[in-house]
Parts: sequence; C-alpha cells; structure tokens
Amino acid sequence: MSGEVLLLTEPFDPAEALRRFTAALPQAGGIVSFLGQVREGGGVEALELSHYAPLTLPAMQELAGRVRDRWSLDGLLVIHRSGVMVPGEPIVLVAAAARHRRDAFAAADYAMDHLKSESWFWKREKIAGEWRWIEPRTQDIEDLARWA
Amino acid sequence: MALTLVFLGRLEDLAGAGSREVPLVPSLAAVIAGLEPDLAEALSGPRIRYAVNGTLVQGEAALADGDEIAFLPPVSGG
Repeated sequence: MSGEVLLLTEPFDPAEALRRFTAALPQAGGIVSFLGQVREGGGVEALELSHYAPLTLPAMQELAGRVRDRWSLDGLLVIHRSGVMVPGEPIVLVAAAARHRRDAFAAADYAMDHLKSESWFWKREKIAGEWRWIEPRTQDIEDLARWA
Repeated sequence: MALTLVFLGRLEDLAGAGSREVPLVPSLAAVIAGLEPDLAEALSGPRIRYAVNGTLVQGEAALADGDEIAFLPPVSGG
C-alpha cells in the first residue's frame, strides 16, 4: 500500500502527480481521483488558505490512515495547497487506487468529505481588492453524516 | 519568561497580527484576560478551540515558559 500526504505552499501539477501515482500501481484495477480548483466567478480575484503547521499536516495524515483502515486500497494520494491561489488553480487532489472500483470511489469520497469539513484550514477570498474570511459551510458538516 | 500566541483565520485580523508574545501567566484564562477586551471576548467564544504546543486542549491548561498557544476559529474547509 503506497500512501502519500502532502501539504504544499507552491503550485502543483495534478496531472503529473496522478501520472506518477498511477504508474507506481500497475496492480490497481481502478483509480478514482478528485481535483478541487479555485472556482471562477463572483468577482473572486484570489483565494488564500492558511494553515497551522503543528496541526494541519498531522491531521491530514491521521485522516489518510483512517481511509486506509476502512477500505482495501493499493494506494492513496492526498495533496493539499496552502497559500494564495488564483481562479483555475488546483487546491486539492485526492486519488485512491484499489483492486476494484467501488473501494476507490468510496475512499476518495470519504477523504474529500472529511478534508472539507475537518481539516485545519482557514479560507479568505479577495473580491475587488478586499479580503473577506469564508465561514464554514453547513453542507460540508452535513456531508459527514453520510459516513456515520 | 514569555508565551507565544498564534491567531488563526479571522482572529488574525482582530489581533492585528498572526502572532504575538506576552509575558508568562499560569493559565489560558489569565492569558485571555490580559488581552484587549474585544479580542478577549472573541477568544472566549464557544466555537474557539485552543492548542498548546500543537496539542488541542479542552477548557483550561497549565502554561509554562516558551509555550505556544494557538487560537483556532471554526475551520472553513479545504
């Protein structure tokens, strides 16, 4: 089982990350990936994610461990950005590789629901030159109930 | 003899900086009581969580010289 959890402060290339992940796992019959990018629209000029180093990466690694315990996976990749990003820029990439597709779909879905609701990131967006903090979305919290 | 306070998310705007040093006091309650009233009120809110040296704490914690205390508002997700 190969597992990689990265917290990056510089842009990354999700296609290249996925290519490397996939190339290393020829035994996996199914690989499901999710890419989250900064949404364009609403006049958003930039998005900034801040994190707290002593908590953020350790919690991401702990989440990855839970995902690996819950499903039978050949590999799990979690890459998350911190810092300032512009519309269209990748924020998060999750990829789960398994012998069969069901485990891969479920593992990637679970990882994303928990990253969105529990991970130690604070977000603000810049509109018309002004930064504004983004409050938690109720939907992100409610999504967790799917896994209870 | 000092403590480092770290303010995350919107708390950084209220505090005017992401971190600051304050003289050592023995408890979280004493740290908060020593801050500006509006900041102290925000840090006492029910949804603010605390970490001491990278470990989440519930309620009160005993503090020592050099400790880093982080004030964590609700996360807005990845």
